[in-house]
Amino acid sequence: MTDQKPALRLEGIVKTFPGVRALDGVSFAVQPGEVHALMGENGAGKSTLMKVLGGIYQPEEGRIFIDERETVMRGPLEAKANGVMFIHQELSLAEEISVAENIYLGELPRKSFGRVDWATLYARTDAILQKLKVSFNARTRVGDLSIANQQMVEIARALTVDAKAVIFDEPTASLTDAEKSVLFDVIADLRAQGVGIIYISHRMEEIFKITDRISVLRDGAYRGTLETAKTDEDEITRMMIGRSLDLTRTHAPVDLGPVALRVEGLSCGDLFQDASFEVREGEVLGFYGLVGAGRTEIAETLFGLRKPTAGRIFLKGEEVTITSPIDAIQKGISLVPESRKEQGLVLGMNCRDNMTLPQVGDLTAGPFVSDGAEISIYDQYRDRLQIKSPSWRTTVGNLSGGNQQKIVIGKWLSMRPEVLIVDEPTRGIDVGSKSEIHNLLRELAKQGYAVIVISSEMPEVLHVSDRIVAMYHGRVMREFTAEEVTEDSLIQAISGIEGSAA
Amino acid sequence: MADTAMKSIGGILARQGILVAFILFMVGFALWNPRFIDPDNIFGVIRSSAILGVMALGVTFVVIGGNLDLSVGSMLSFSAIVVLDLHENPAFGPALAIPAMFALTLCLGAINGFLIGYLRLNSLIVTLGMLSAIHGLTLTWSGGQNMDIANQSETWFGVFGRGSALGIPIPVLIFIGLAALLGILLAKTPFGRKVYAVGGNGTAATFSGIPRARVVFITYLISAFCVATAGLIQASRTMGAQNTVGQGLELEVLAAVILGGASLLGGSGTIFKTVIGVLILGFIQNGLLLAGLEFYVQFVVTWIIIILAVWLDIATKRGKLWSPIA
Repeated sequence: MTDQKPALRLEGIVKTFPGVRALDGVSFAVQPGEVHALMGENGAGKSTLMKVLGGIYQPEEGRIFIDERETVMRGPLEAKANGVMFIHQELSLAEEISVAENIYLGELPRKSFGRVDWATLYARTDAILQKLKVSFNARTRVGDLSIANQQMVEIARALTVDAKAVIFDEPTASLTDAEKSVLFDVIADLRAQGVGIIYISHRMEEIFKITDRISVLRDGAYRGTLETAKTDEDEITRMMIGRSLDLTRTHAPVDLGPVALRVEGLSCGDLFQDASFEVREGEVLGFYGLVGAGRTEIAETLFGLRKPTAGRIFLKGEEVTITSPIDAIQKGISLVPESRKEQGLVLGMNCRDNMTLPQVGDLTAGPFVSDGAEISIYDQYRDRLQIKSPSWRTTVGNLSGGNQQKIVIGKWLSMRPEVLIVDEPTRGIDVGSKSEIHNLLRELAKQGYAVIVISSEMPEVLHVSDRIVAMYHGRVMREFTAEEVTEDSLIQAISGIEGSAA
Repeated sequence: MADTAMKSIGGILARQGILVAFILFMVGFALWNPRFIDPDNIFGVIRSSAILGVMALGVTFVVIGGNLDLSVGSMLSFSAIVVLDLHENPAFGPALAIPAMFALTLCLGAINGFLIGYLRLNSLIVTLGMLSAIHGLTLTWSGGQNMDIANQSETWFGVFGRGSALGIPIPVLIFIGLAALLGILLAKTPFGRKVYAVGGNGTAATFSGIPRARVVFITYLISAFCVATAGLIQASRTMGAQNTVGQGLELEVLAAVILGGASLLGGSGTIFKTVIGVLILGFIQNGLLLAGLEFYVQFVVTWIIIILAVWLDIATKRGKLWSPIA
């Protein structure tokens, strides 16, 4: 493989932002017909590197070669013209128009007088879609497709040009297993055609399944390339974060306190029905299920964002109704929401102000917000959660995902809740911060909090929970204790295979 | 290299651009025409900026909260006409006319705040509609007539627009006092923090237990209160008003607020910056007059300023002056 000339080669790429050397002389090469993983913690420089490759950022130093021809990428169109295609993590499709129009946007086939040649457009598109074995056709409106299928449209778009290199940025983030395997087939096809593929992902099992080599970035610098067949998770993790991690379930059973929260027959319209469970002080209750199973909606109902249509909620044995987030907060329920950037943080605000936001009305001296009280809360939780931020004045949007998440957790811990609900605690967070957050959740339980963790990642749920509630289509299917749960039984429960409700 | 130099200049401009531009402008004009920095002229500009300035203080709250208020111009006409009319009404007189006018103007603000805060309608549409509706309301009230105070020598009503204390005109004192008060409210109190949070990310604010609708509602009440104050100054200064006295002011107010650096996307800006924005706008208009340009040119200039300020705001966020993608 190495005697071939690379499909894509980067040499000494340097990109700086004010105060940060985001890329510090990164070099690596992708061979034609190779699936090359690019790994690194959040903030390691992967996204910046891809933006340089896509012509969105101009590097200060360094060169890009495509087929060993030096190329300057001045913009996304130029990247495309040079055969570099991106499948983005966040989709960039126009929902109101058809699949075909999205795929050929900007270069629709024409007839005389500039009229669109619909017949050719649909024929070409369907030919591509056939290769992808998808269930929709060229005329389908993109907005009617599932996220997974929308991703397939993005992939189809990449197939319309004679691609030299295709970059997949966290492509499986929202895919089911069946959809993943179709995606992997597509990647295998591309590889067979001699396309160089860069595959960005945090998911180890995928990396080992489909990649040939792995390059690792850390702190904006290239740390080396490994042959996938000759390495293991431990080596990669150490390379990414400089130490090794243990993600297996290790915690001993803890002493449980009284029941902090009990829910009986809670329903909210079509979203979830007849949910009953309880969580004790000192316990982590995991909620596992597919996206749309109703887990987040239960959390939002408990937090007063949705009105239940039936059922009862008891806090410390006393029945309560929760009418708004303010009400929930006052009753001792906190929610770390699923989407950090949309729901958790005001990105343009500084770290301290974000952290103290729910209680700013209480941190006063006379009519004014007390700077001292705020800073002392910030300092306390910065130390306790080991938040890495230059100062409390730093704008939260400038922190890494892991530190942002810690700010949100700190925000809710500082409210001293009885029940802490954490929805997708580590989504989009690098491996190192992930395990820190897992340890933190365990630690919180040990300190007597009642913790509810909602997650779509099975290892996470297994790792942190004392008991696990499995949900399927708005229903609680089964409840497992940590001792009895197995991966298989959990998968069956969340797929609706096990018919018996808890 | 040129690129990095441009970038660092851009960075400074983005942070302190308004002050830098202001100083350059003042120095340039002063060199060209020394009359420009004559104390009389400077005081004249500040005094004539007071009405616009008071309105801009309120709109700053609305804009930081992530919304717009285009109804302030016609609301000013309304408050001026109403206070003058009630002043002439024997049942009211000045002492009752003023609180009655404030109450009515606050009602208009409450309508804006209810529709935008609680019903979550688009603020551009709501306040644009209110601009027109209030204009109609004003004309109905006045029957299309201008309002005048008949017996100007027998009322103390003129004090708000014409009086002075310690040698400083009352309108300027009101502007400074209100700016200080609202500046502290915005920067130092929990309410101010909530305005920034709601404008910066309304969803996250809701998830943090901040009553988003109420905060937005109050920003419109503050805006209406400022308009009522400005209307009082206006009516008092001229002891009479036309139905259209505030026409077009909404854009000038917005220009001053944006010029001060409040982002139209919400979540940023300060009262101090808005005051600077107001002064810049005032001095630019004054400078143009001193330069012998027609008064009407300032309408075009206001537009150019809005465009430049919005462009700078967006360009700073994108990190470059022009970008095909956000």
